[in-house]
Order: sequence, then C-alpha cells, then structure tokens
Amino acid sequence: MAGFRGAQGNLRLENVTKEFTDFLAVDDLSLEVPRGSFFALLGPSGCGKTTTLRMVAGLEQPTTGRVFIGDTDLTGSRPYERPVNTVFQSYALFPHLTIRENVAFGPKRRKQKDALKLADEALELVQMTQFAGRKPAQLSGGQQQRVACARALVNHPEVLLLDEPLGALDLKLRREMQVELKRIQTEVGLTFVHVTHDQEEAMTMADTVAVMNQGRIEQMGPPEVLYDLPKTKFVANFVGQSNMGEGKITGTDGDFLVAEVYGSTVRIRKDRTTVQSGNLVFGVRPEKVKVSRNKPEGIGNDVRGIVKDVSFIGVATSYLLEMPSGTTWSVYEQNLDLDRIDLKPGDEAWMIWDAGHAFGVEIEGEQS
Amino acid sequence: MSALAAHTPTPAPAGGDEFHTRRNGKMAFLLMLPGLLWLGLFFVLPLYQLFEVSLQSRYPGYPGYYYRDLNFHNYAQALTDYAPHFARSFGYAGLATFFAFVLAYPLAYAMAFKAGKWRGLMMICVIAPFFTSFILRTFAWSQILADEGFVVRFLNFFHLLPSEHIINTPVAVIAGLTYNFLPFMVLPIYASLERADARVIEAGGDLYANGFTTFRTVTLPMSMPGVLAGTLLTFIPAAGDFVNMELLGPQRGKMVGNVINDQFLTVPGGYPIAAALSFTLMAAILILVFLYVRRFGTEELV
Ligand SMILES: Nc1ncnc2c1ncn2[C@@H]1O[C@H](COP(=O)(O)OP(=O)(O)OP(=O)(O)O)[C@@H](O)[C@H]1O
Ligand SMILES: [Mg+2]
Repeated sequence: MAGFRGAQGNLRLENVTKEFTDFLAVDDLSLEVPRGSFFALLGPSGCGKTTTLRMVAGLEQPTTGRVFIGDTDLTGSRPYERPVNTVFQSYALFPHLTIRENVAFGPKRRKQKDALKLADEALELVQMTQFAGRKPAQLSGGQQQRVACARALVNHPEVLLLDEPLGALDLKLRREMQVELKRIQTEVGLTFVHVTHDQEEAMTMADTVAVMNQGRIEQMGPPEVLYDLPKTKFVANFVGQSNMGEGKITGTDGDFLVAEVYGSTVRIRKDRTTVQSGNLVFGVRPEKVKVSRNKPEGIGNDVRGIVKDVSFIGVATSYLLEMPSGTTWSVYEQNLDLDRIDLKPGDEAWMIWDAGHAFGVEIEGEQS
Repeated sequence: MSALAAHTPTPAPAGGDEFHTRRNGKMAFLLMLPGLLWLGLFFVLPLYQLFEVSLQSRYPGYPGYYYRDLNFHNYAQALTDYAPHFARSFGYAGLATFFAFVLAYPLAYAMAFKAGKWRGLMMICVIAPFFTSFILRTFAWSQILADEGFVVRFLNFFHLLPSEHIINTPVAVIAGLTYNFLPFMVLPIYASLERADARVIEAGGDLYANGFTTFRTVTLPMSMPGVLAGTLLTFIPAAGDFVNMELLGPQRGKMVGNVINDQFLTVPGGYPIAAALSFTLMAAILILVFLYVRRFGTEELV
C-alpha cells in the first residue's frame, strides 16, 4: 500500500478502455503526462473526460489497459492508496463538515499533525478564509468550487485531477483562479490534469492539450501546434474557429499540393495536410484571411463569397461570407489598412490568404 | 429613470402585489382549515378532557364516580406506584430501538448501495408486513416464540436457554417491539442514505480514507438525520405500546401502556390515575426526545 502512495513520476495511461454495460466511454486511450507538467483534456460533453480522470483516481477500473505513475502500476489499486486527488465536477464537499474540516479531511487521514493549519493556508490560497466556519450548503456554487480546489490542493498529491474546476466562476474570478492554479502548479511542481470545455482556458494554462472526442484522443500537443496545425476536422473546429471546405487534390507544385475548393485553385504545403491525394477538407483560420473587393492578381489561394455580415469590433472587423456551397466562412481582419474596405451585406468579395497558413485534413468518416 | 417613473402610474403594481400576498394568505388558511378543525376536534379537545380527568377525585363510597377537582395527588400516586412500569417501558423501548437500529442500518445500507435491481423487491419486503394487522403479526410472534416453536426447541436442543422459555418473558416483548417497529427505522435511514451523493462518498476514498474510515467519517454522519428520525419513530410508539406486552409478555412486570389500559378499562374508578399516567408518559417522552435531539440532532431537524 505504501508502495502505491509513494509512486512518483510521469502519469502514463496504456491502451486504457472503459466499457459500461452498453457503452464504450473510453476507447483504447494512451497518453503520457510528464511529471510536473500541466496537461489539459479538452472535449465536448460526454466524450469521456470524467471517466478518464476517474480511472486515474481509482474510482473506476479500466476494462482493459493499465495506469502508471512512474514505474508503479496503479491498475486495480483503491482510490485511497493512490497519491492522486480529485477536484470533482460536482464539488462533492462533505455536507456535514465545515469548510475548514472539509479541507483538513485529507491531511487528517494521512495523520498530519497540523491538519487544521494546512487547511487554513489552503483556504487562504483560494480566498475563502472568511468562510472557514460555514457548512457547504451555505456557500454559492463558485465558492464551493474554490473549496473543492483547496481540499484537493492541500494534499500536494503526485497527480492532481481537476474536473472542470472553474466552471461555476465568473470571468474575473476565473482568470484569477487560472493564474493561481498555474502558479501553484509551477511552484509546487505537481502534475495537473485539467479537464475543461473551455479551449481558451486549456490553451492559456496547459503545456500540453489533448483534444478528446467519443472516447478517443484526436490530437495531443502544445497549444500553439494544436492551433496552428489541426490534424482532424474535429480539432480544427473545436480548437478555435476554422474556415473549411471540401475539395479535391488535382496535382502538386513543388512543396505544395494543389486542390480545387469552391471552384478556386488553392495550395497547401505537403507537410500541412494529412491527405496527399483524393478528397480532403481544406481549412484556414479566420485571422489568416483578408478580404478584398476585387479578384487579386497572381496564383490562387483565394475564394469568392457573398458578404452576409460585417461587424466592426474596434480592434478588428469581422466578416461573415457565404460560400457557393452554402457554408459560412468568417474573416477576422485587424484594421491595419488606412482606408477601410467598404463592404456591405450582399456584396461580392474575395478572400485571400498566404498558402503557408492553409491546412488539409481528412473528410470525417473516411479516416480509418 | 425619473422620466420613466413619471410616466408610469406607480400604485398599480404595488397594489397588485399586495392583493396577491393577501390572496395567498387566505388560500393558505383555507387549505389548512380542514386539518386544523380535525386536529382541534379530535386531538386538542380530547387532550384537554384527558387533562381534566387526570385531576378529578373519586366520590368516596361510589366507585366509578368522580367530581371535578385539582387533585395533583393523582400524579404523585401514578409516579410512586408505577415507577417500575415507567422504567420498564423506557428500558424495553430503548433496547428495542437499539436492536432495530442494529438490524435496520445494514439493511438500509444494502438497499441504498448494494441491492441494484433487487432494491424494489427489498423495499416491498420491508413494507409488506403493513398489509396485515399489527395484532395479527404480534400473535404470529407468540407462535414463533412458543415453547413448542422451532426457535425455542432449537435453542433448547443446544441448551442455550437457561430458563427454557422465551414467550411470556421480557425477551419476547423486546423481540416483538423490535420486529413491529423495524420498518420505521429502516425507511428513514434508507431515505437519507439514498439521498446521499455517491460522489461525496467517493471523495472520502479519494482523500485517503479507506472503506471503513469513509463509512465512519462520511457515510454514517451523512445518514444521521435518518438515524435520528428512525430512532424517534421507533422509541416513541414503543414506549407507549401495550400490545406486545399483552400478547408476548409475562403476567407480572408490565409496562406503563398496560397499566393505562387496565386502569381505563378494567379497574373501577381508575380513570384519573390512567389519565395522569398518560400525561406523565407524554411529558417524559417529550423531555427525553428533546434531550436526545439536542444532543444528536442536526440543524436540519431541530
Ligand atoms: N456509470 C456509467 N454507466 C454508463 N454510462 C456511463 C457511466 N458513466 C459515464 N457514462 C457514459 O460515458 C460517457 C462519458 O462520460 P463522462 O462523464 O466521462 O463524460 P465527460 O466527458 O466528463 O462529459 P462532461 O463534459 O459533460 O462532464 C457518457 O456518454 C456517459 O453517458
Ligand atoms: Mg465530466
């Protein structure tokens, strides 16, 4: 037992699958989180994020596959034996204990003498000192969430699992807590696995982001890489926005593939597409695109659309354009030009980009 | 703001609100009226009458006749003559409550967390006895615990019963009380366990508490409101019960309930004493319950 509790090192999941009676919640998932790093698990509701965390915590046992911390195989061990703590999605505070007793619960179980003092320090960290004597039912959702964070943090576990720990907070407090969590994580050097719906939160906080969909990891990597070069259509849509259109590869041109999209000829760098022939989904990020009233000179990398909406945001202007197929592309243009492009809904316009920014992914369903 | 206020006829919404609350008050009163009338007619009035009777005195030489009086001696007599009966009532009820708790908690726990698809069936089994009469079931126990019954024969076979009897002993009474009030213990405990958030119990495990520690520090405290309700629902009626003693108990060494019953129905001129006993019993239970709730109660119940 001490063996499990003393486990140290990278968190590693090897081919972990979780099957509920009639539902595959996590499907052959493998990942490695380096010790002391901040790992974010991003994905839509019901994609298996909580289930994955529960298997790391020991609250659920994988149907197949193994869970390691360092060299210690934790598979099959009980939750209380693992050096892992969870901030539950539903907070799960003990209703019969005061806030201070809630936070002191873990230290007390580990027979730490100054449990209450540790609890007070943790409460200070999440700015909840003044509520220490209250019961959970007397707190708001956001306050309970911060207590839940304190209750897990106070133990300084080898791996801290945070299941949407900031979901109930207002924007300001959310930003503060993000900074605070990040600070604690770097200072204490804990491994954080942070589940969130919020891609911005994932990208600002994490060293590595994994995008999950239907029980599988679609793509994993540093936030910049994930944003710059999505490998699947799902990731392209889930992490930031993407303008996409189905196309057909017609040939090559040096380091570039040439494709037909919406009747235009476009180029994609060969190392920026997961498909090298046949049909593909072409994509480019809204802020990489410029609009123009006239067809630009030169070779391709432009498509034509009808302006549907123009909104001036101050730092930028955002355009919505309807493509020939009926899908909508958006353009996010910084107001750098001296004279503004005077486009109105209903106008015809061209969208132009640098070929190096384009990416290509497989048409969903065609991938193996 | 001010421009807006100037244009709106202000009193209208306020008047509407007032109308609404007044209407609600009236509605609440109307809804409560039947219950209040019922309570007044069939509880408060008889209670008052009982109190009056408890202070009446006998006509000397006319057994069975009383006159209105303020005879507090009835209470003194009730307490001195029947102190052992009170002690037995509370003692047996206390033991029955204890045994009911010991039996009910694991059952309720199993129903809430372990039963799975059997939960409905278990629930029916707990409630099913209510479909037959209380008296009938207690009679059945007099058969089960009879000297020729299999329980006694089995125990005697192994020489485990020093007195060789169970029926007509306090043991039979406590067994009957425990049995009869068991559902009242099971149901509230089950309800409080069922309501407990499974994630909270998991949090105990996540925070280094093993199975038993989690039970002791999380599950049990969370079910305390149910335990409190269950013990009260068992203890209060058990302390006033006379049927179990009548059907299963010994000839001598009765409980207060039996004395009250006898004084009312068989002893000529026993009414004032019976009434005084009833009142004393009520008061004693109220005080005990009050102390108990003060000691163990959670905020939700007090
Ligand atoms: N005990 C269970 N029995 C059956 N199915 C379950 C069970 N727990 C979860 N699931 C299913 O597994 C899938 C993944 O659930 P999970 O809770 O991991 O989602 P999630 O990614 O955390 O979603 P959210 O963002 O909404 O919290 C869901 O479709 C859910 O219905
Ligand atoms: Mg979840």
